[in-house]
Amino acid sequence: MALVELRNVSKIYQLGGEEIRALDDVSLDIESGEFISIIGPSGSGKSTLMHILGCLDSPSKGTICLDGVMIQDASARQLAAIRNRKIGFVFQFFNLLPKLNVTQNVELPMIYSGIGSAERKKRALAALESVDLVNRAKHRPSQLSGGQQQRVAIARALVNDPKIIFADEPTGNLDSHTGDAILTLFRRLSQSGRTIVLVTHDPEIAAVTPRRIEIRDGKIAVKVDLTLAGLAGGRRNPDGAEPPKPA
Amino acid sequence: MSKDHIQPPAEVLLNTRAQLGIMVVAGVSEIWAHKFRSMLTMLGIILGVSSLVAMSAMVSGMEKGAKEALIAIGGLEKVRIESQDLPVYQRHLSDQAVGITINDVYALQRTAPLVTKLSPEMRLPASVSANGKTFRPWVCSGVWPVALEMGEHVIEHGRMINELDDEMARNVCVIGTATRDELWGPPEKTGKEIIPLGETIYMNGTPFTIVGMFKHYESEQERKTRELAKLQAQLQPQPSGGVSRDRGHGGGGGRRRGNFVFYLKNSTVYIPLNTMWMKFRSGMSFTGFGGGFQPTGGAGGSTGDPRLSSLELRVQSVDLLPESLQQVQNVLTSTHKGIEDFTFRTQEDWAEQINTFVSNARLSGGLIAGISLLVGGIGIMNIMLASISERVREIGIRKSVGASTVDIFVQILVESVLIAIMGGLAGMVASFGLVAMLSSFSPTDNAPIITVATLLVAFSFSVLVGILAGIFPAIKAARLNPIQALRYE
Repeated sequence: MALVELRNVSKIYQLGGEEIRALDDVSLDIESGEFISIIGPSGSGKSTLMHILGCLDSPSKGTICLDGVMIQDASARQLAAIRNRKIGFVFQFFNLLPKLNVTQNVELPMIYSGIGSAERKKRALAALESVDLVNRAKHRPSQLSGGQQQRVAIARALVNDPKIIFADEPTGNLDSHTGDAILTLFRRLSQSGRTIVLVTHDPEIAAVTPRRIEIRDGKIAVKVDLTLAGLAGGRRNPDGAEPPKPA
Repeated sequence: MSKDHIQPPAEVLLNTRAQLGIMVVAGVSEIWAHKFRSMLTMLGIILGVSSLVAMSAMVSGMEKGAKEALIAIGGLEKVRIESQDLPVYQRHLSDQAVGITINDVYALQRTAPLVTKLSPEMRLPASVSANGKTFRPWVCSGVWPVALEMGEHVIEHGRMINELDDEMARNVCVIGTATRDELWGPPEKTGKEIIPLGETIYMNGTPFTIVGMFKHYESEQERKTRELAKLQAQLQPQPSGGVSRDRGHGGGGGRRRGNFVFYLKNSTVYIPLNTMWMKFRSGMSFTGFGGGFQPTGGAGGSTGDPRLSSLELRVQSVDLLPESLQQVQNVLTSTHKGIEDFTFRTQEDWAEQINTFVSNARLSGGLIAGISLLVGGIGIMNIMLASISERVREIGIRKSVGASTVDIFVQILVESVLIAIMGGLAGMVASFGLVAMLSSFSPTDNAPIITVATLLVAFSFSVLVGILAGIFPAIKAARLNPIQALRYE
């Protein structure tokens, strides 16, 4: 069983009587431990897909199974709890709280899961250690460089030991050198067994992941699968699309 | 594979409770981050709370003063019987109406067991003179010795008139301090307290010997003020401009009721009832009878007026007041042969008036203070709305890392309530200052009283206002869509 199973998911908006299909009948499996990128130009529906995968939004049609639980009909509170425990987000603009220091920012998800203060501190420091930022624990986000801020954001995403991490254009606001460092960090995390979904418009960045999915007009247009399973053709194709071919 | 529907996380509420402490800390730091803004917001609550407390304190002060005065004139057990005009259907009997006489007193003594004390009184519009000065006391009455207890009087110097004085119709009198102040000067002016025992005063020209003087009656507040003035006078051996006379001590009319009552009481002159009858009312010569009291007029068909000005009586207890009144009514109806030329006056009317006044003052003052609290609440709501629209992104971030709708709602509400609580606490402190300021601006004889209950009520109102003001912004914040909130610039 895959970690995430999307089946015939559609997201439909009504705009002035006009029906807009941001996502149109998408089916997708993500296995545990995978490093996958979702590519697409802006307006393609990749953000909508990430929001639905990341439990920030619910689909209009279709079913989602995350870690063995059907969540397409979950309430806002249930989605919040899932985001808290099973999902970590890394955003383009870091999205740290400027009023809190680095440690407090990393502790934030644990506050909403009701973890005691000593345990929070311990785990926050461990997460900071995994991104090499222990020496900045007491700094404010504004005192850090962009790359450091993004690493804090990654530490925050890791701290509740989530099943899956979504990174939305994580290098979009960084220079190429820092961006590379962040991508290297993601690769390292992937190697240590994390499931990471990288959302980007840039094929070059997507190239770091073995598996790529390109979204266009709300549909999965191109699939590239360089994983062993993919190459062996052993992956199930829930949408019945043509078998993957090497890039 | 088990595709169960997700179970609602039962521990969420529990977590919310555990997070409350963190949220309070976050709220405090949020308020601290915008010190000036928060302070201005709190100012509304501070004003509301302190005006509520101050208003209530003033009313409580007035209430206490009025109650003190009520007790000073004899409490609720006291009933006054006064003569009144005949009702229309008895007008033709008016020539047979004798009024309230000493006979009624004797009849009541015999047959009304619920009446414990009876104090007949004959008033005289008299002026007293001595020491080259003249004074018109408010009350100049012929009374029985029982009037001492009846009127809640206390003899400070000398003695009360006694049975023998009454029997012999002696020319003796007991005076209040106001009479002394007017004729010989108050202690504040003369520098020492003059006790005019044994002095002779002339009442409408008739000489009377002073055998006793009542203590100086005053309200709590007057006493405090006077003692303070005394203390200050002691501390400063050469006071500039001399020791000024205390408010409420001695002369001067046109004062507030509580004060006026004490003044009235101080300007009492009591003489024996028989003396009053013999010397002033019976229409006989001064050297008339030494004997008993003849209610129906003396020999020789004098034009004396045997009616009592009033008859005060005391009943056993307030609970038995209706029964006692009925008893008195029965006795008097019998002695007056059914002619209803008398009426009862109880202090309950006054007590009721006090209560009405107090509740009216409470209501109007509370309304005004409530409106200012409401305005303070609107201020909080305004600032919270501004605050959340500044923090849309923060709310989005919090939601993306797992904050639920409830979490955000509680966070905003906690902040709003914190502002209200801080404002409420500061308002409670400020209320003491406000009360001090108000009483220095317009000193009253009834010092405002700040009670714990008032403080608690005002404080809980401020918390309530904080909750009410926070609900709408909190709902607004909690409902923010995380995706849009994260995109918000």
